[in-house]
Amino acid sequence: MAEPLSADDRPLTAGDPGAGAAGAEVPAAARGGLRRGWRRFRRNPGAVFGLAVFLVIVAMAVLAPVLAPYDPIAQGVGKPFERPSTAHWAGTDSFGRDIMSRIIYGARVALVVGIVAVLLAMIIGVTLGLISGYYGGIVDTVIMRIMDGLFAFPIIILAIAMMAVMGFGVRNVIVAVAVGFIAPFARVTRGDVLAVKEEPYIEAARLAGVGSLAIIFRHVLPNVLAPIIVQGALRVSGAIITESGLSFLGLGPPPPTPAWGRMIAEGQSFIVMAPHVSTIPGIALMLAIVALNLLGDGVRDTLDPRMRR
Amino acid sequence: MVRFILSRVGQTLAVLFTVSVIIFALMRMIPGDPVLMRLGDDFTQEAYTRLRHELGFDRSIVTQYLIWIRSVLAGDLGDSFLNQERVSTLVLDAFVPTLTLVVASVIVGILIAVPSGIVAAIRKDSAWDYGSMGFAIFVYSMPAFWKGIILIWIFSVYLGWFPAMGYVAPWADLSQSLWRLVLPAVTLGTFFSGLVARIIRSSLLEVLDQDYVKAARARGVRRAALVYKHALANALIPVVTVIGLQFGTLLGGAVLTETVFAIPGMGRLSVSAILNRDYSVVQGTILVGVFAVVVVNLLVDLLYAFLNPRIRVA
Repeated sequence: MAEPLSADDRPLTAGDPGAGAAGAEVPAAARGGLRRGWRRFRRNPGAVFGLAVFLVIVAMAVLAPVLAPYDPIAQGVGKPFERPSTAHWAGTDSFGRDIMSRIIYGARVALVVGIVAVLLAMIIGVTLGLISGYYGGIVDTVIMRIMDGLFAFPIIILAIAMMAVMGFGVRNVIVAVAVGFIAPFARVTRGDVLAVKEEPYIEAARLAGVGSLAIIFRHVLPNVLAPIIVQGALRVSGAIITESGLSFLGLGPPPPTPAWGRMIAEGQSFIVMAPHVSTIPGIALMLAIVALNLLGDGVRDTLDPRMRR
Repeated sequence: MVRFILSRVGQTLAVLFTVSVIIFALMRMIPGDPVLMRLGDDFTQEAYTRLRHELGFDRSIVTQYLIWIRSVLAGDLGDSFLNQERVSTLVLDAFVPTLTLVVASVIVGILIAVPSGIVAAIRKDSAWDYGSMGFAIFVYSMPAFWKGIILIWIFSVYLGWFPAMGYVAPWADLSQSLWRLVLPAVTLGTFFSGLVARIIRSSLLEVLDQDYVKAARARGVRRAALVYKHALANALIPVVTVIGLQFGTLLGGAVLTETVFAIPGMGRLSVSAILNRDYSVVQGTILVGVFAVVVVNLLVDLLYAFLNPRIRVA
C-alpha cells in the first residue's frame, strides 16, 4: 500500500538499475517485457481493481458533459437539500445543484491536478536529479541541499504557502501541489544516476566522445526510468489528497468550480439536516485515493518485483 | 556517538538555513509592494521613502535576508499587518492547540496500532491479519477532513457522545479538553495507526524470524512471553523513526483536522492570514511549522540512535 503523503522517501531505487531497463534499448524485448509485466500486473487483484476504478474516473472526467445529468453549476435544478433519489442520485446541495453532476465534473479537477502536478514535479525533479547525480561536486551539493530544504516542508503546508504567493485558480493549484513533489523525484533519480554513472557503457560512451547531454538523456535516463515511473504512479494519490485538502481549506479552484474537497467543506455546515451533501463527495474522493494507491502498488510490483512486501 | 550527534546537528542547521531562505524567497515573490500595502491609500512620496528605508527594502536582497533572519533568531517574527499584534504571539498561541492535537493523535494511533499490528503478525495470514490490515488501509486512505466530518456526524450529531467542535487547553480544564480532543485525535490518530500497524506487523515478523527469537523458542519460552519480552521491544524501534518521518504529515493533517473541528490552531491562522493577505503571519506560521518538523526529526534521529545499540556504540 502506498503512503501517499508520506514524508519518507522510500528507496524505490534498489541497485542494479540495468535490470529494469534491459527492455528500454531492445524494442522486441521491450514488447515481451510489457506483456510479461501485464501478466504479472493482472495476477494482482488489488491492482486490477485500482486500474478499473481509475479508468472509471478517467471516463467520468472525459465524458463529464455526456454523463452528468445536470449542469454542475446550475442552481435550483432541484430543491435545496433533496435527499438522494432517482431524479438526483446523490441528492442536491444548499443551492439546489445536482451533487452527482458536481462529483462527475469534480473528477476533472482531481485528475487534471493529480496527474499534471505529478508530471510537472517529475519533469523538474528528474532533470535536477540527473544534473545533480551526473555532474556531482558543487552543483550536486547546491541542488540537493535545496531539495533537503523543500523536503522538510509538509506537502500541504508548502502548497498553502504557494497558494499564498500565487493566488487562486486551477493552474496555481497544480503548481502549488507540484512543488511539494519535486524533491522526492530529484532524490530517487539522483540515487540511481550515481549507480548507473559507474557502468562501463557510460564510460564507453564518454570515451567515444559522446557529449554530456546526449549521455544523460540517451544513456542514463532510460536506465533510471523504471523507478521514476513507479514513484510517479505512487504520488498521484498524494497529489489528489493535497488538492482536495487545499480545496477543503478554501484555497483550491475558486467556486463554483466543482472540486471534491470544497464540496465536502460546503456540506459540513449542513451535516445535521443534510448529511449526504458532505458524505457522498467524500466517498468519491476516498474511492479515487484507494484505487490510485492500489494501482500505484501494482505498478511498483510489476516494474520492480523486489520492492514487493 | 558524539560524532553522530554533531553531524546530525550540523545537517539540521543546514536544512534550517535552506528552509529559511526558501520561505524568505517565497514571501518576496508575492506580487504587490509591501511598503504600499502598509501605507494605505493616502501618503506622500517622502513617507513612502522613509517607510521603505525603515523596512529595509532599499538594501540589497542579501542584507534584507540577514536583517530578517537576525530578528527571527531573536524571536521577532514581525507584526501582524491586520491588527498590529506580535506575529510570534499569534503563532505560538496557534501552535499549542495544533501540537496538542498531534501528540494526542500519536497516542491514539499507537494505542490502536500496537495491538492490531501484534495480532496481525502473530496470526499471520489469518482473518485477524487480513481484518486488521484491511482496516489499516481503509482508515489510512480516508482523507482526514472527510473522516472528521463522518465522525462528527456519527458521534456528535447522531449519538451525541462527543462535542462536535471547539478547543479547551489541557491546563485550563483537563476533562473538558480531553473530551473535545477525542474526535479530532481519533480522526488524525487512525491515519497514523494505519501506517504504524503495518510497520509493527512487518518488523515484528522480521524479528520473530531472528535467531535469538528462535533460540528462545527452542528453550521453551512461551509464545506470548516471547513476543512481549523479546520481540516487541525491537519491533517498536522503527515506530520511533516513523513518528519522526511522519511528523510533518501529521502536522499537515492537523491543519486540516483542526479546520473541521474549529480548533484555533495553525491551520486556521494560516488560512485566514492568506485570505486577509496578512503575509507576515503566513510567513511566521510556515516558518514555525517547518522548523518544528526539522527539529522533531533531529530529536527522533537522536532517540533512535540512543535506542539502537548498533548506532549508539559506533
